[in-house]
Amino acid sequence: MEEIFSKNSGKAILLGNEAIVRGALESGVNFVSTYPGTPASEIGNIFYKISKEAGVYFEFSTNEKVALEASIGASFSGLKTLVAMKNFGLNVCLDALFPFVYTGSKGPTVIIVADDPSCHSSAQSEENSRGILLATHIPVLEPSDPQECKDFVKLGYQISERFKTPVVIRTTTRVAHQKAPVKLNEIPNNKSQITKGEFVRNKHQFVTLPPRVFEMKAELLEKIERIKEFSEKSIINKISGNGKIGIITSGVSYLNVMDAQEELGVNLSVFKLGFFNPLPEEKIKAFLRPLKKVLVVEELEPFLEDEIKRLAKEVNCKLEIFGKGLIPEIGETKPEDVIFALAKVLNPKSQIPNPKQIQNTKTKIQTTGRLPQLCPGCPYWMVISAIKKAVNENEVIFGGEIGCYMLFGNAPVNLQDYLFCMGSSMGIAHGIKKATKGQQKLITFIGDSSFFHSGIPPLINTVFNKSNPLVIILNNETTAMTGHQPHPVSAGMENNINIENIVRACGVKYVKTIDQANQEEFTNTVKDFLEKDTVSVIIAKHPCKFVKK
Amino acid sequence: MQNIRANSLRSNPNLQIRHSDTIRIILGLYFMEQKKFDMLIVGTGGQGLITLLQIISEAATSEGYDIKTSELHGLSQRGGSVEVHIRFGKKIYSPMVAQGKADLILALEEQESLNGAYFANPKTQFLINQFVIPIPLKTSFTEKEILKQLGKITKNITLVPADKICQEKLGTTVVSGIYLVSFAAFHNLIPLKPESIKAAIKKIIPPNYMELNIKTFELAKS
Repeated sequence: MEEIFSKNSGKAILLGNEAIVRGALESGVNFVSTYPGTPASEIGNIFYKISKEAGVYFEFSTNEKVALEASIGASFSGLKTLVAMKNFGLNVCLDALFPFVYTGSKGPTVIIVADDPSCHSSAQSEENSRGILLATHIPVLEPSDPQECKDFVKLGYQISERFKTPVVIRTTTRVAHQKAPVKLNEIPNNKSQITKGEFVRNKHQFVTLPPRVFEMKAELLEKIERIKEFSEKSIINKISGNGKIGIITSGVSYLNVMDAQEELGVNLSVFKLGFFNPLPEEKIKAFLRPLKKVLVVEELEPFLEDEIKRLAKEVNCKLEIFGKGLIPEIGETKPEDVIFALAKVLNPKSQIPNPKQIQNTKTKIQTTGRLPQLCPGCPYWMVISAIKKAVNENEVIFGGEIGCYMLFGNAPVNLQDYLFCMGSSMGIAHGIKKATKGQQKLITFIGDSSFFHSGIPPLINTVFNKSNPLVIILNNETTAMTGHQPHPVSAGMENNINIENIVRACGVKYVKTIDQANQEEFTNTVKDFLEKDTVSVIIAKHPCKFVKK
Repeated sequence: MQNIRANSLRSNPNLQIRHSDTIRIILGLYFMEQKKFDMLIVGTGGQGLITLLQIISEAATSEGYDIKTSELHGLSQRGGSVEVHIRFGKKIYSPMVAQGKADLILALEEQESLNGAYFANPKTQFLINQFVIPIPLKTSFTEKEILKQLGKITKNITLVPADKICQEKLGTTVVSGIYLVSFAAFHNLIPLKPESIKAAIKKIIPPNYMELNIKTFELAKS
């Protein structure tokens, strides 16, 4: 950890996320905002620890949209900014991101978006952010390893500075949580810059009011064309090897391609794309022109493959294009998947078996299937116990949310009838209550950090549009699941924010804060509140056992 | 090479100690030929897999190897099955070990060794901690069942009661992972010098726990 900040030369073994931090520091970042989400969480955790010493402004914002907006403000005031989030955070901040790509940045801005193929640390969906990012027109770079994480962040700032646009660095779990040696360069001493921001009025750039917004769109499309020219010449779109069979790939898939080549003893033409958007189309066309076959190796949905097919039509109609028929669309692409696919492309009669089939038949070894569980001593166990005492579980609907308490869905707890995104448990509860005329009893959970993230508007909606779910806000004083980051009511936060006051101010009549260690009061309150004809809220207040006193 | 070692072990259990240098050289030659060493640590979230990954990475780097590792954070850490990948050698691309390509699978919990089977081949070495964490609402796999299952793939299985040894000799089980990694180095299951592991422990482990961890390292020699 210290090496990220203290060493000024040589090499250090860094996690992808640590290398991102290092890249930002070497670029002289001034302003960093984030909301924690795995696999991007460590970026915020490290800045939280070192920001003071590094002379960087850092905040855990209340959600990703607020985090992005904070950085937009800082960028408009001339500071060099960094925002980090996981894929779902991109959805949350999208409303601000679209116009930000129109206005462009003033202070250089890099946004980290971390996808999680195979959902190692995610519920809700196996989201591929690439499609969404394409819709915003934002330039996107995809590193393969920690060294590139650092280098691409620095390049991102250069692109942002030159073209006045925010730039996304898209990682995936196997990049963000990959460790490897990284070459360190000097961190400039720019501590004084942190307060040097100044907002200089520029309505022409910052105000997206029509009809100006249409001009902005035209300027944006023209800007993307110029960035495409930059992408055409950029060394991060690089070609190696030779021959009539080619591979196009990016991110961690590139590393698996190189291993598969070694395994199969070949050295084919490999086009490694550092840019996902804008693609160096001319360079790709020149690459495709002499080929007989090309394999596109990318994880999840075939966004790249579709582009390659489109470009191939222009230059090489006879080209055989392989991709999603051989590379899985569900789950991360593993080294063995690439070996299998490449062997098939080289020789359609290849005897190398499909890894999916080996898994199912050949070894026949049972695995433990051990699912994650709430920690022993977790205060949520006391909430579960009180609810099981208070109600017949079969007669109540339970709304799930994102946080440690999403594990309520696993046995032996089994208190979860739907699970969506952050802040959704109450919104969906309201719809169920309205659709069933309030006849079915419903308890919905939301964590403290999720409540601040996106739980307040749906709570107001239950009051405004009159429904009566029982909401249990689990206040363990920390953002536990992602690694215990602080939030507005964590211990030691100096402010007057109080969840019960917020709930009352939203117009909720029945609200009680109870330590669930008091089982009798908690159980009785659950029974009592379930009978109410308007929304009721219990704030279950007991700190996570890992919260430092 | 690994089979040769296993045979000599069978014929004379003391051989590896007396001839450890020779064996290390042979292992080293094999390793040079392969150009890389692929290993996994399997266990459950919270068993300290990432610390062990850091120690091995540091030791491998100190011996001049390129390294790549892959680890998981967040949801996967809440007591579920976890695997981390460590690869080192002359030049390493992917951070992930391919199916059936592992040279060593270190299991911090007996039953979790079954999850490593996906990465094993007949030459793979298993080093397994004789320690069981029950799986909620499921009957535990017995040691006999586990050995029977893994035996279908490889004969190179070493069982070590690391938790028991650490509890008896050091009064705590928190260092059982360090014991196993040190054991692997002393017993040539990993082509790194024990001294490199020791130096890595000194670099990675916080000062307050250093003495205990170095004692653990030394304990694994015997």
